[in-house]
Amino acid sequence: MGERIVLRYTDDPEQSDIATYVRKGGYQALAKALKELSPEAVVDLVKRSGLRGRGGAGFPTGLKWSFIPKDPALPRYLCCNADEGEPGTFKDREIMEKDPHELIEGIILSSYAIGAHLAVIYIRGEFAYAARQLARAVQQATAKGYLGRNILGSGYDLDVVVYRGAGAYICGEETALLESLEGYRGQPRLKPPFPATAGLYRKPTVINNVETLANVPYIVLNGPEAFTAIGTPRSPGTKVFCLSGQVNRPGNYELPMGTPLREIIFEHGGGVRDGKQLKAIIPGGPSTPTFTAAHLDVNMDFESVAAAGSMLGSGAVMVMDETVCMVWAALRLTEFFRHESCGKCTPCREGTYWLAHLLGRIEAGQGQDGDIELLLDICDNMAGKCFCPFGDAAIAPVQGTVKHFREEYQQHIRHGGCWRRSVVRSQ
Amino acid sequence: MLSERAKEEIIRAMERFPERRTGLLPALRLAQDEQGYLSSQVLAEVAAIFGLAPAEAQAVASFYTMLRRRPTGKHLIQVCTNLPCSLSGAEGLLDHLKARLGIGVGETTPDGLFTLETVECLGSCGTAPVVQIDEDYHENMSAEAIDAVLARLAGG
Repeated sequence: MGERIVLRYTDDPEQSDIATYVRKGGYQALAKALKELSPEAVVDLVKRSGLRGRGGAGFPTGLKWSFIPKDPALPRYLCCNADEGEPGTFKDREIMEKDPHELIEGIILSSYAIGAHLAVIYIRGEFAYAARQLARAVQQATAKGYLGRNILGSGYDLDVVVYRGAGAYICGEETALLESLEGYRGQPRLKPPFPATAGLYRKPTVINNVETLANVPYIVLNGPEAFTAIGTPRSPGTKVFCLSGQVNRPGNYELPMGTPLREIIFEHGGGVRDGKQLKAIIPGGPSTPTFTAAHLDVNMDFESVAAAGSMLGSGAVMVMDETVCMVWAALRLTEFFRHESCGKCTPCREGTYWLAHLLGRIEAGQGQDGDIELLLDICDNMAGKCFCPFGDAAIAPVQGTVKHFREEYQQHIRHGGCWRRSVVRSQ
Repeated sequence: MLSERAKEEIIRAMERFPERRTGLLPALRLAQDEQGYLSSQVLAEVAAIFGLAPAEAQAVASFYTMLRRRPTGKHLIQVCTNLPCSLSGAEGLLDHLKARLGIGVGETTPDGLFTLETVECLGSCGTAPVVQIDEDYHENMSAEAIDAVLARLAGG
């Protein structure tokens, strides 16, 4: 399967314990950094590794860190975005439950690099077990001197707090996360100012995804060249692909960036369940436009997926077979966005409502002539016109399915319904 | 009324961070864990500890789905019906639960034991379908498997 980084040891049931983690080389990167490297040197290593954010946007991590003001007297914070909520995504949960110290070590190294003395892990409220695993890891790391005051005798102090959310997908958007962390409704803030200048408590703040931070110990310990040897030149390293839906072996697969979709689904996932034909693929979570079987040879890295008209997103690969009604699938995903719209801006609040309403009508066999055009018109009224990226994400299921399966929408309207619905329901 | 112990924990949460209000979400959770749900009176008590108007605490509480303004049954059953779970039988599982419990979505059994809800993606799509009951995930669920879980909870 090639080299794994973040899920390298997650098969070991003892991996979450600090003794096992240390025995396998854990906290060596931290010891090395605190002894040999300045904070700037750590930033430089991560820059040279080409590591890009694994939460969906793919922004270069080292560059993000370099935006933090240099004046060390100014308080600054690190927030780990563990509000994993993009449907189909379950990679961060696996890292936190099975190898929490890898994340903690990544957080300490990153906090050291930006000069933060407080790091907060904002974890999705539903992840009770992962939160307990992290809390235990923080306790163990503190007891061993990897956290707290004067870490490993270096003079560097860091406090890490596990903070549980309370059920709101939008808090995965970085500024909504900050609002929530400050004790408010989790609604996004206007950018600029960006979090690097005015983030948590209006102080410089870096917000990184769990998988991103979990890559940092490897980069610091093995050097950027080891990292860039994996993946593609512009998307180096590995990516955890979360394979779900109608495949024989769903699950997390950590593979080099640029692995073809066909290999992920057929080689690792064992192909489509029950010997059925592949119909549609959502490549990176519902926020990313739908693919079809014609896209199987797309390489899964940031550039290749974008060139093919979608996005790598969170790496949530959802597979649908020939029996699935695409109007129904779009409805399920749009219902999600309608439910999770924070209500702050009108195009998103109203748009998600009306998209779900129209899809529901078409799927139930009560679609009218002009409904497809109306759906696309609503999408157009949301695209680029919402307060935060949620609005652009919310139109992806409709736009993607209409683009590739318009005939199926027309059939629903013409024939007053769908035979596939009963197939899916009877399973 | 919040217990003295809950109030002390809330004050600790409030003082844990550079700004006190960061403790509000943890405080609301602590209050809910003790009281079962966030009544207007409990919200007002929490708000008072933070020096906020009751409406401020209500505004925050109403934003988050895990903070509840109404009581639920002793056990809260949440069936994920997002796409990966629905592609793996969540709809049939939900129909089964409705029939077995004799209630609809959003309802509580007459004995007050179970409340049934649907939720969007629990982040467990590799082991779909998944049902969360209280704080625990039950993965790769079938009608038989969920029946066994419910029987255990009803007995205990």
